[in-house]
Amino acid sequence: MPDQFLFAIEVMINGLMAGVLYALVALGFVLIFKSSGIFNYAQGVFALFAALTLVGLQEGQIPFSHLINAIFGTHIHHFGWHIHSVIAIAMTVAVMVLLAILVERYILRHLVNQPDIILFMATIGLAYFMEGFGDLMWGSEIKTLDIGLPQGGSFWIEENTAWLGGENFYGFFIDRLDIVAAIVAAILVLALTLFSQYTKQGRALRAVADDHQAALSVGISLRYIWVLVWAIAGIVALVAGIMWGSKSGVQFSLSLIALKALPVLMLGGFTSIPGAIVGGLIIGVGEKLFEFTIGAPFLGGATENWFAYVLALLFLVFRPQGLFGDKIIERV
Amino acid sequence: MKDTIDSYVTADGRTIGGVMMEMKNITLRFGGVVAIKDISFDIREGEIRAIIGPNGAGKSSMLNVISGFYHPQEGEVWFRGERRPTMKPHNVARQGIARTFQNIALFNGMSVLDNVMTGRLTQMKTGIIAQSLWYGRAQKEEFQNREIVEKIIDFLEIQHIRKTPVGRLPYGLKKRVELARALAAEPKLLLLDEPMAGMNVEEKEDMSRFILDANDEFGTTIALIEHDMGVVMDLSDRVVVMDYGKKIGDGTPEEVRNNQAVIDAYLGVAHD
Ligand SMILES: Nc1ncnc2c1ncn2[C@@H]1O[C@H](COP(=O)(O)OP(=O)(O)OP(=O)(O)O)[C@@H](O)[C@H]1O
Ligand SMILES: [Mg+2]
Repeated sequence: MPDQFLFAIEVMINGLMAGVLYALVALGFVLIFKSSGIFNYAQGVFALFAALTLVGLQEGQIPFSHLINAIFGTHIHHFGWHIHSVIAIAMTVAVMVLLAILVERYILRHLVNQPDIILFMATIGLAYFMEGFGDLMWGSEIKTLDIGLPQGGSFWIEENTAWLGGENFYGFFIDRLDIVAAIVAAILVLALTLFSQYTKQGRALRAVADDHQAALSVGISLRYIWVLVWAIAGIVALVAGIMWGSKSGVQFSLSLIALKALPVLMLGGFTSIPGAIVGGLIIGVGEKLFEFTIGAPFLGGATENWFAYVLALLFLVFRPQGLFGDKIIERV
Repeated sequence: MKDTIDSYVTADGRTIGGVMMEMKNITLRFGGVVAIKDISFDIREGEIRAIIGPNGAGKSSMLNVISGFYHPQEGEVWFRGERRPTMKPHNVARQGIARTFQNIALFNGMSVLDNVMTGRLTQMKTGIIAQSLWYGRAQKEEFQNREIVEKIIDFLEIQHIRKTPVGRLPYGLKKRVELARALAAEPKLLLLDEPMAGMNVEEKEDMSRFILDANDEFGTTIALIEHDMGVVMDLSDRVVVMDYGKKIGDGTPEEVRNNQAVIDAYLGVAHD
């Protein structure tokens, strides 16, 4: 096989892996949008906040230490212990559930029946608040997140694929972390699907996504479902935060992946879970492949920054409901 | 008046018990519109109670008050001997009051079976952790409820569409699925908002039979809104008549039919 072709395949595989992360963030959006019609701008910040909390707990950082030091002139920063990553993850899950409860209690509850734009604005406010709060609580320096996931290229794959190409091809280079991310994401999606299909809470969740009035009439509490959905979205954000944070460190830019989720949603449709996944993968592969074949050789590179948005724009023009979204038919 | 005695037996041999639900001086306003004006009436254990009246009379509003979707500005709601505080609709449902809607409200993306299963939510007790782990008790509960749901599905003769997404069903069947979902809750009180609207004669006969059987076999107390006078006369034990938000008649079908105010309302005699 020609080496150029093999390189393209490698680029594609790496794109798939990036796409998994986009898909995870988009999944968080879809869950909340489907059940409450709210576009949660803060979803990306949730991922950042979750990752910050995880690192902080793991490293035994003292929350608000900067603030405490500034007020009392102390110099505290760490408790001096480390917490096992599994326990730290469990604690972070608890924090995300608590966050969901607080969001429902102090934001959603007061804004029911308000126009969508107001709720959207509220989530923008929430995003900035959470960002500042995360900084205040855990400090703003870049942190390394290491929960013991395998890192670095897989030699096994490299060695066993080298024969495919000629002199210049050393086998596919695939980061083991990416493989783990893909597996974890697949398990997460499967678990969510089983949960929504075969448990009573899952059934209630689908019911609320479908019709609020009818859901109320069978005794479903909308508040409970909102807490549930935001908690699940928080956990999905944690998973995305772990993957992204392990790869490139926990830093502010993590919250910007939310902006990449937007074109993913335009592709996949705002209400479709399969759409979020397929859309994420398409954008991940598309932007890497475009950069490799056209962007870098002909356009001076860095096309990854805008490719997704242009693709989304094309979709908006030709298929506004996305790949899997419900067809929009204006009632007249 | 029958109200003064505790219970009685109908001509067809059903026992009607004491008062289950009592509405006292209910007034409901929407801005300047008075949808319900100082109405009182009761619903007895085991009876089929009809609410009738011309379009816009306030019938649906009354049903919405009973089911907690609307909250009246004045008046009291008494359920099973206790005054009910202002309550969210999902809590009313949990008290054993199920309903259907005038403009069908089903979960269109879900199958008939799943729709009817949602009717069981008020009866399922296991928590989210047990459910997520599909732990023994949760599994057992799911199967037990599934059994009850299958019975309801048989009862309403919709086995052949069990797996069909509800959105694809014709109107008449949707109405039937909505009834199935409400019955699945094994409600003490069942509220039906025009269960036969838009149906042909044959469908109406089926629906009437289901309503009578539900009342007879499960002992479900039923309050229903209906425009078809023939159906109302056949089904109901007592009838409330509303017009422009006011109650203009209350009694057996026979009494109501001979009530001059009711006749006037239906013949469109001018209001002063
Ligand atoms: N949510 C609402 N907001 C504002 N006005 C309402 C609302 N619901 C009902 N109304 C008004 O209350 C009045 C009674 O309406 P309702 O739907 O109860 O009548 P109805 O007897 O059920 O009529 P129909 O036979 O046409 O179903 C109408 O004037 C209606 O416009
Ligand atoms: Mg009505």
